[in-house]
Amino acid sequence: MIKRRPNYLAGFGSLVWLFLVGLPLYVMLTATFQSRSGYAENGPLALPDSFTLDNYLKNLDNTESGFGQYFLNTLIVTVCVVGIVLLLVPPLSYAIVRSRSRLTNTVFRIFLLGLAIPSQAVIVPMFYVISKAGLYDNLVGVILPTAAFAMPVCALVLTGTMRDITPDLYEAMTVDGASPRRIFFRLVLPLSRGGMSTIVVFSALQAWNGFLFPLVLTQSAETKVITLGLYDFQTEHGVDTPGLFAAVVLSMLPILLVYLFARRALVQGLMGVGGK
Amino acid sequence: MTTTSLTPPATQRRQAASGGRPPGRSGTGTGASRPGSAWAAPAAVFFALFALVPLVLVAALSLSSWDGLSEPEFVGLDNWKKLLDDPVMLKSLWLSVLLTVLGVAIQTPLSILLGVWAAGHQRNRAVLSAIYFVPLLLSATAVSVLWRAVLDPNFGVPAQAAWLFGDGNLFGVQSSAIGVLVFVSAWQFTPLHTLIYQGAARAVPQVLYQAARIDGAGTVRQFFHITLPQLRNSIITSMILMVVGGLTTFETVLILTQGGPGTDTTISAFYMYQQAFKSFDYGTASAIGVLLVLVATFISLIMVRLSGYGKMRSTMEGL
Repeated sequence: MIKRRPNYLAGFGSLVWLFLVGLPLYVMLTATFQSRSGYAENGPLALPDSFTLDNYLKNLDNTESGFGQYFLNTLIVTVCVVGIVLLLVPPLSYAIVRSRSRLTNTVFRIFLLGLAIPSQAVIVPMFYVISKAGLYDNLVGVILPTAAFAMPVCALVLTGTMRDITPDLYEAMTVDGASPRRIFFRLVLPLSRGGMSTIVVFSALQAWNGFLFPLVLTQSAETKVITLGLYDFQTEHGVDTPGLFAAVVLSMLPILLVYLFARRALVQGLMGVGGK
Repeated sequence: MTTTSLTPPATQRRQAASGGRPPGRSGTGTGASRPGSAWAAPAAVFFALFALVPLVLVAALSLSSWDGLSEPEFVGLDNWKKLLDDPVMLKSLWLSVLLTVLGVAIQTPLSILLGVWAAGHQRNRAVLSAIYFVPLLLSATAVSVLWRAVLDPNFGVPAQAAWLFGDGNLFGVQSSAIGVLVFVSAWQFTPLHTLIYQGAARAVPQVLYQAARIDGAGTVRQFFHITLPQLRNSIITSMILMVVGGLTTFETVLILTQGGPGTDTTISAFYMYQQAFKSFDYGTASAIGVLLVLVATFISLIMVRLSGYGKMRSTMEGL
């Protein structure tokens, strides 16, 4: 690298953006440690003059809010969606990369088009299908479409990863007389760990943050997921802002943990979505 | 693998139909190490059931009258005729386009600049980039709920900064309500596009910059003559993502403005939701859904064409 003088203009611009990104996060975090009346009196920008954890405890207390239940529901949905994706997408990508059949190629093209099917556009028929299947207001009815709509991106990302495996390795295993199945488990899966962690993170994010399918396909408190909980919270107790903010912080904690411990997979996943 | 060229296409088709493992041919080299299309079947069937079937149904339902309780009834083009005469529908399309165009116009230059800036390996850039990333960790719901509270006319920031926000009710007038929607979307999605550009900018060969510097080109010239042209593909993909995302914005509108004041921020995706789950006119809602699918598919086709995904098959040939 050749040495250059620092770019002051860019530095200034980046600080402006930092302010815009940071402002609501600052308001949110400081408010969660204030009492409701304190927030109303001091306003959103003031530093808190008192410190309390009540807002978090209130949310975690099952007798006062259903947040524990919502958390559990979201967790169930997320684990199942990731499970379905992990079960179905790796064989699919393997076939796309290695199969010579035209049918597989067609399937790949359909998945690529599926990238742009907006889930909003099909909520009405989805509501119809899920109701007909007797899965309305049932977590299964949320899990299935969420997994289906996460699949195109996952297929694209994992196919990209599997393409990077050199043909020599396949040939070597073929010479040894390995079946496609053996090659899949012994060669392809171990060598696509990067892509696998990416699709896990991506589908988990989709499930954890999903809003529209749960909104349309569930209604009772027993099947409520965390995003719906936030929405309700806002419409019901419009004024308890600190409590609401604490709920937002709690809802993002698991993702924050993923960000801290699997940052690479998360970033790669999001970049993979953008595609090359 | 060398025998591939000798295999007539007809055999390949038969192979595909029979699940890709023709009996007795495993020793010839063509099929031995290659998975058949059966490997793709479970995912394809699952995707078909929960994404393609609804896609076909949305077209069928757009020709039906359905209240959500009784069985749908075929009514031909009634829903479509109704939509053509519906001023709110027309307005919603216009608003969708407006929000999308504003989103692209603001987010593209912003994320290119931030992305190219963040591509540098300086320590402070790495730290700031990590902070810029945080909005991506929040769900669209959380982002909207957060901004709704921050911009609350009575308890939010506008109440404290009257010099900037006037009477403080940003949600009461169309122009500022649209402004809020565009801003919040940009706040939420710029990090993603920044990330795309950061990756792309790092992939630009350093040799190009070295050559430009030897020729005496400054930072600005380097940006316009090397970086921007090299980012071309990323710009296309990122813009298409913005367009599809913009056309289908939903949570932001539902939580921040509820389509108001009046119907002044009722974009098509939100209007569809209202028609279905508030007015229980699922037929009309489906017709709007079909419109959304058509637009999105059209954009997706452009994406496949421009970004070269469709050519992947040919790059594999000869492996």
